[in-house]
Amino acid sequence: MHSIGMWQKLRTAYTTVYQWLDERLGLGEMYTNLLDRPEPLGNWWNTLGSASLFLFILQAATGIFLTVYYTPSPDHAYDSINYIMTGVAFGWLVRGIHHWGATLMVLVVFIHMLRVFVTASYKYPRELTWLVGVGLLLLTLGMGFTGYLLPWNQKAYWATTVATQIAGSMPFVGDFILKALRGGPDLSALTLQRFFAAHIWILPAVLIALIGIHLYLIIKHGESHFPTKED
Amino acid sequence: MSGSNHLSRRDFMKVTTGVIGGIITVVIGAPVIDYLVDPALRAGAKEAWIPIGKLDSIPIDKPTPFAFTRTQVNGWERTGTSFGGFIIRRSADPKDILILSSRCTHLGCSVNWHADANEFICPCHDAKFSKEGKVLDGPPPKPLNQYTDFKVDGDGNLLIFFKEG
Repeated sequence: MHSIGMWQKLRTAYTTVYQWLDERLGLGEMYTNLLDRPEPLGNWWNTLGSASLFLFILQAATGIFLTVYYTPSPDHAYDSINYIMTGVAFGWLVRGIHHWGATLMVLVVFIHMLRVFVTASYKYPRELTWLVGVGLLLLTLGMGFTGYLLPWNQKAYWATTVATQIAGSMPFVGDFILKALRGGPDLSALTLQRFFAAHIWILPAVLIALIGIHLYLIIKHGESHFPTKED
Repeated sequence: MSGSNHLSRRDFMKVTTGVIGGIITVVIGAPVIDYLVDPALRAGAKEAWIPIGKLDSIPIDKPTPFAFTRTQVNGWERTGTSFGGFIIRRSADPKDILILSSRCTHLGCSVNWHADANEFICPCHDAKFSKEGKVLDGPPPKPLNQYTDFKVDGDGNLLIFFKEG
């Protein structure tokens, strides 16, 4: 059969290319270590970390696409989002995924933390994984906080007014923190701009670094067994 | 297991993950492409009759500059784009008019009329055009564009037909 001959040739070509790359990159080794590593018997609760990672990637991708049209300026922020929602093809979809994905991510990360707590997976030798995870939870909340202001509508404006005011109620350093968050005593163009910078550059950069450490530790130690009656 | 129809649980999971991942990628990826190129698909040609001024006030045989601005809503903002050119009345005949665009055909700078040299000169790359818009010197590939559709209304106003894009 002619078609089978073609198929064989394609297969050989693929094998040749794959072997060339594998020798140099160690693809097979990577696959075994990352995706085919031994796991204790678990259940669906063990998938929440992967779900968080998936949501992070989804948020990163849709967030990058939103910056194509979004403008972090008090004059245009609201109008540019209005344009995304009504003027651009599938803008409602991209922003909708980002909006609901953000809420879902906070939820999933939080339940992930509860699972680790309930199964006592934070104990030796995984204390650092837990600590880094706490950082990831706080950063996720920080992403939610900074992202909330960006539409620059009434809800966003007053939510940020209130939240920065709460931060400002801290004894001694409160006033400085409030001004540092707002970029001055009042909510202004500077606030929007620095929240935008934090939302798309600073927090994601730290988030990616900590995710890297978190994943490294998980691969190094493997997942924990569920505690038994003896434990 | 090659050669048999048996599919292991592990292989089934791999294939299912791949297929679902692929579906998610396509369902999100295809609309995103449309999302990114959307403004390019929307730019429609707009046309209008633009009043330039009284024909009587335009001198004969002397390139007279004119300019107008077209505003367009681009996304969330109105953008004004300026257009300009020169009217050359060859004679008193209201039909005997040459209207040149001042946009250099090389890279889009605005050419100026230099009466002493009797040439249009582009300041960017020193291109020279004749009074009739022909290329005399420099890099432009074509003569200056012309507004070929024009009319004089009942009040003696000269109007030119403008089409964007």
